[in-house]
Amino acid sequence: MIKINNLKAQVEDKEILKGINLEINPGEIHAIMGPNGSGKSTLSSVIAGRDEYEVTDGSIDFNGEDLLDLDPEERAHKGIFLSFQYPVEIPGVTVSNFIKTAINESRKGRGEEPMEAREMLAKMREKAALLEMDKSYLSRSLNEGFSGGEKKRNEIFQMAMLEPKLAILDETDSGLDIDALRIVAGGVNKLRSAENAVVIITHYQRLLDYIKPDFVHVLYNGKIVKSGGPELAHELEEKGYDWIKAENA
Amino acid sequence: MSDEILDEITATEYKYGFTTDIESDTLPPGLNEDVIRLISEKKNEPQWMLDWRLDAFKTWLEMKEPDWPNVTYAKPDFQAVSYYSAPKQKKELESLDEVDPELLRTFERLGISLDEQKRLSGVAMDVVVDSVSVATTFKKTLAEKGIIFCSMSEAIQEHPELVRKHLGTVIPKRDNFYAALNSAVFTDGSFCYIPKGVRCPMELSTYFRINEANTGQFERTLVIADEGSYVSYLEGCTAPSRDENQLHAAVVELVAMEDAEIKYSTVQNWYPGDAQGKGGVFNFVTKRGICERNAKISWTQVETGSAVTWKYPSCILKGDNSIGEFYSVAVTNNYQQADTGTKMVHLGKNTKSTIISKGISAGKSHNSYRGLVRVGARAENARNFSQCDSLLMGDQCGAHTFPYIEAQHPTAQIEHEATTSKIGEDQLFYCNQRGIGTEEAIALIVNGYCKDVLNQLPMEFAVEAQKLLEVSLEGSVG
Repeated sequence: MIKINNLKAQVEDKEILKGINLEINPGEIHAIMGPNGSGKSTLSSVIAGRDEYEVTDGSIDFNGEDLLDLDPEERAHKGIFLSFQYPVEIPGVTVSNFIKTAINESRKGRGEEPMEAREMLAKMREKAALLEMDKSYLSRSLNEGFSGGEKKRNEIFQMAMLEPKLAILDETDSGLDIDALRIVAGGVNKLRSAENAVVIITHYQRLLDYIKPDFVHVLYNGKIVKSGGPELAHELEEKGYDWIKAENA
Repeated sequence: MSDEILDEITATEYKYGFTTDIESDTLPPGLNEDVIRLISEKKNEPQWMLDWRLDAFKTWLEMKEPDWPNVTYAKPDFQAVSYYSAPKQKKELESLDEVDPELLRTFERLGISLDEQKRLSGVAMDVVVDSVSVATTFKKTLAEKGIIFCSMSEAIQEHPELVRKHLGTVIPKRDNFYAALNSAVFTDGSFCYIPKGVRCPMELSTYFRINEANTGQFERTLVIADEGSYVSYLEGCTAPSRDENQLHAAVVELVAMEDAEIKYSTVQNWYPGDAQGKGGVFNFVTKRGICERNAKISWTQVETGSAVTWKYPSCILKGDNSIGEFYSVAVTNNYQQADTGTKMVHLGKNTKSTIISKGISAGKSHNSYRGLVRVGARAENARNFSQCDSLLMGDQCGAHTFPYIEAQHPTAQIEHEATTSKIGEDQLFYCNQRGIGTEEAIALIVNGYCKDVLNQLPMEFAVEAQKLLEVSLEGSVG
């Protein structure tokens, strides 16, 4: 699905990604772990197309297309979704209006007709129920006055609505209490299929107890320095990141 | 990086820049007593109206153009302006078929086909093209209720007692420089009277248009809501592109008698000048309403046009328990300047006022909110709530807030809230990531920000206003 090859990126002349190689296939769940400042969020931003990062080398191939040639909204239309670590507030724009606009703009981008209002509403209700969100959520201003947990749940709600091929969850577990974590993880698990893939970016093992990754990668100093199965996450939880730092010093 | 996006987005040419080729009957530029006599004569006015105009003119000669607004512009040369221009169509029109096809095409380009408007929205419109009405509709339905809705010229002929009784009572001739000028030279406008206890069954709407190069437009509007009546009045305008600055100095007076309610909504889209700040309309407007006991006046405005705007729709809350409201969205782009707000003057007991102002500045524009809340010595239990928000796009524009509060009664409760925010790269990227392009994202964010004001507009107007906000801020993306 996605092939990242020797990806290097910088912000304001400071190199942050120093040659990332990663391949993800449909149906897989990958976890990317690493200490603060290792480049995890930069990687997700570069995949999503945030333009404050300059890609200096390498390539990202997404289902046979060069992703780096596309605007962020075009990448979204192709099925890339990023769950933000800090979702922004848009006062006066309701959750339902926002998601309706997002869905129909994505459809337009793919040359499809807008979704029928009735279908949209039914889908919103279904996905809100999946994430145990009250219906009143839909008529609230996007993220305005939401608690940290509500914001993250709202991100997963949007993911459920947009049905992306590749979802990147950037520190979705931070700021979640244990109940919210269970609901969010449950939502992600239910949305799993053989056609889509998920990348979980996290510091901690916690979320991985609920969403079982197929692969775990350790990002350190702009490179993937270790890859393995789920057991690698447990090892990191036990030992911390110091041994990684020591190995790569 | 975000600045580049915003530059691109905010650098849209005015979409409605074209002129209609209709033959016009225009006075040569210049202003003196003879010109005023000529205007009055052309309009076949009674002596009292001419005397009133001449008195206003004398007053105006002694007055100075105000320099306190937070705007800078080359002061207009009042002798270079032509004070009268009328399409050379004299006969009364019964239906749209008789309207100049060229004019109808213009409306179509603007997306305000009269036909559609009439059919779909049930809006009666008194269309003002260059100062003289050319089409009036729905008059019969209104007449059945005893409602008078006509041009000011017609009202002077047909209902002189009403005009004479109320004209200049809310905004006296000497109120300010531009009101005095308007009183002397106004050529037309709208007149509306709702009889006692009548609820006007439809939105009354007027589309204004400046159509003749170098013709100042001096509209005069008077709305009288008699005891216990209700009316919702809509005013919207677009103007064709011009190199010269056009002067627009309208006066709108509202009289809400006991238990009456007037809702006055405006969408203003005069030509704002080009991206370099050349040309554009000077919009110096005086709007004020007076509320008797238990009366309510609600002003809602969406201001996107004009090079320079100077406008403070106000309420004199004279009667006990009267209510004044002001909801405003003011957008400035490129080199536009707006100094706008309201005055709420509480004179009666238990009077209430609400002010919601949303300013949006883009490009190199300046947007000022100026508001006065005054509570008089006898205004026991007066209450005001004001909220003034500013939204900035880019880093070369300015937002300014000038709130004035004068409370002379110890029971007055006055609240003022203000915020300033910016459309951030974070918000745009968030929308982009969800598949929403930058242009749509800005429209979405701006509409959300203005929601409290747009919600006050009648439905069909709200849609138009939303479109206008998008057009005003949209760019060449895609």
